[in-house]
Amino acid sequence: MSIPLSWYLILSAGLFGVGLYGVLARKNAIAILLSVELMLNAVNINLVAFWRYLDPAQMAGQAFAIIVFAVAAAEVAVGLALIISVYRRRKTVVADDIDLMKW
Amino acid sequence: MNFWNDPINFIANWLTGLLTGWGLAAGLATVLVYLVGITVLIVFAMLLDIGLVWVERKVVARFQDRLGPNRVGPFGLIQPFADIIKLVIKEDITPANADKVIYNIAPVLAATSVIALWAILPLSSRIFGVDLNVALLYLVATGALGTLAIIMGGWASNNKYALLGAFRMVANMVSYEIPMVVTLLIPTILADSMSVIGITEAQRGLWFAVLSPLGAVIFLISAIAELGRSPFDLTEAESELTAGFNVEYSGMKFGWFYASELLHAFTFGGFAAVLFFGGYGGFFGLEKALPWLTNPFIEAAVFIAKAMLGYWVIMWLKYSMPRVRIDHMLAFNWKFLVPLSLVLLAVTATLHKILIVLPGWQYALGMFFSNVVIVAATIEVLRDYGRKQRKAAEELAPQAQL
Amino acid sequence: MTAEQIIFLLTGALILVSALLVVTVRNLLHAALWLVVALFGVAVLYAILQASFLAVVQVVVYIGAIAILFIFAVMLTRREMRDTGPQTRPNWWIAALLGALVLTGLIVIMLAVPGADRTPAALPEGLDTVWALGNALVSPEAYVLPFEVASVLLLAALVGAVYVAGVGKKS
Repeated sequence: MSIPLSWYLILSAGLFGVGLYGVLARKNAIAILLSVELMLNAVNINLVAFWRYLDPAQMAGQAFAIIVFAVAAAEVAVGLALIISVYRRRKTVVADDIDLMKW
Repeated sequence: MNFWNDPINFIANWLTGLLTGWGLAAGLATVLVYLVGITVLIVFAMLLDIGLVWVERKVVARFQDRLGPNRVGPFGLIQPFADIIKLVIKEDITPANADKVIYNIAPVLAATSVIALWAILPLSSRIFGVDLNVALLYLVATGALGTLAIIMGGWASNNKYALLGAFRMVANMVSYEIPMVVTLLIPTILADSMSVIGITEAQRGLWFAVLSPLGAVIFLISAIAELGRSPFDLTEAESELTAGFNVEYSGMKFGWFYASELLHAFTFGGFAAVLFFGGYGGFFGLEKALPWLTNPFIEAAVFIAKAMLGYWVIMWLKYSMPRVRIDHMLAFNWKFLVPLSLVLLAVTATLHKILIVLPGWQYALGMFFSNVVIVAATIEVLRDYGRKQRKAAEELAPQAQL
Repeated sequence: MTAEQIIFLLTGALILVSALLVVTVRNLLHAALWLVVALFGVAVLYAILQASFLAVVQVVVYIGAIAILFIFAVMLTRREMRDTGPQTRPNWWIAALLGALVLTGLIVIMLAVPGADRTPAALPEGLDTVWALGNALVSPEAYVLPFEVASVLLLAALVGAVYVAGVGKKS
């Protein structure tokens, strides 16, 4: 185990940045959800790295990573359900075209 | 430590010594020895796979009152090699507008997902890849990779039958994963361990199939569904889908799908043996009187025999059952297998905690009878349901004639 | 440079490259498959961090469930997935700028974490991380409440997803 903690932190920051770019730049709603998954994984890398490097006897990091898994699964299920529902009604999955609520 | 008691470590130590003797760094030598070990394991699995082709063809022939391959070599033993040569020299066809990269990766991934299982398959107490402390979850994870391979193959083929077959297979695997995971938890509870070695060692005295026969049966059913073999082979229902997700594959790419299916079936026979039938051990305490039974080679032979038996049961079911309809299959899983396995898990966990203080035979008897009671209750519920269905059908019948 | 560092760097490069492909590739199904590669890389990282349970759960949950859900969604909405037209919004460069800004900000903050250049101590002797994690998730002194709340959240999401995506009975 000779990897400094900072490597993990930089990698997760990179993953988070890429995910953020995807969320903001992609048109397709499914692609936006994919990018959100990348961001959630960046968070998880940090949680697990801090668990391993700070206090392995305390399971906080791993326990919260598991809760992030559950939240991610819930988010994907609801998000995809919304996308499929919108697609049925409006025949589009482009986030820009779903603008009925815009004044 | 000598060769007969601990062959893997003996050879590994000898090789490491040899390599470091040639002036290699110790770390590099270890990596090389591991690579050699992985290669040997894969080669062993693939050689076994070639044997399985012959076994499968011979057994299906017997089930169908035929002789099977008997021309090439004694008892047709060379037939699989003839098959391989045929597959290799066949034309390799990529359909028009296929997604080439995904199309080519899919068979490799399918084979990988099966071979990865061999990393945790304990051939004996001294011959195994790794002793993971999350081995049973690893089993589920490789299944997920197999699902991915099938959906990739089905989608990339650019063929509607292939895509339909892939959809069915995924619906199949995702649904039957639930009873499978639940029944994987039963040996975990009984052995207090998720490692395959730990589970096998816990069955030295008594097989878990005795403590939880219903769990073993549910595991077998969901394993067959996971394998996509008959009666759950909807993924390649020839009469509806021509051949399912692999319809566009030819030559050795099809061969990889076929080989990984056979090896998968055998591997699941092995896992059934590990989880419920004592794996490489489980001699009911006989090994105390006959210490030679714990020799790694004897254990490996016992394990292979048990796995073969499990494989044979899977083949037996495959060749004597008609195919079920897709909605029946999903309904059977969600309305019957999932609730039943959850009830079984709850009962097993509770009783295990209560009865563990009792002497061994009372504990075993209690666990066994809890299963008998669950089976009896299930049959009663099913009978009641069947009566209601028949009554409804009888009431409808006169109207139907009008 | 030790073998472990080489493995980390290779995995990290794989994760970042496939993450970039997820957000840039035109074909959505390819994007979903690249996401699988990235998530698999993260599972490898968990294995390097000796979080074996999380590594396997990552493969089971993300690759086995979430990725397949995505692939299904892509296929169900396939008509809109043609590779025509730009896949990014016209002002994507603002997004790229914001992403880069957040990235540099995060790196600056994280490198300021006390002990960011530390290497980990060996795991405490006799610590079974799987056992400890299981215990932490169900013991009242630890995380049983968050765990139960997460399970209720999952159930609620499941019911909501079925209701929203379900065809329902047309009156």
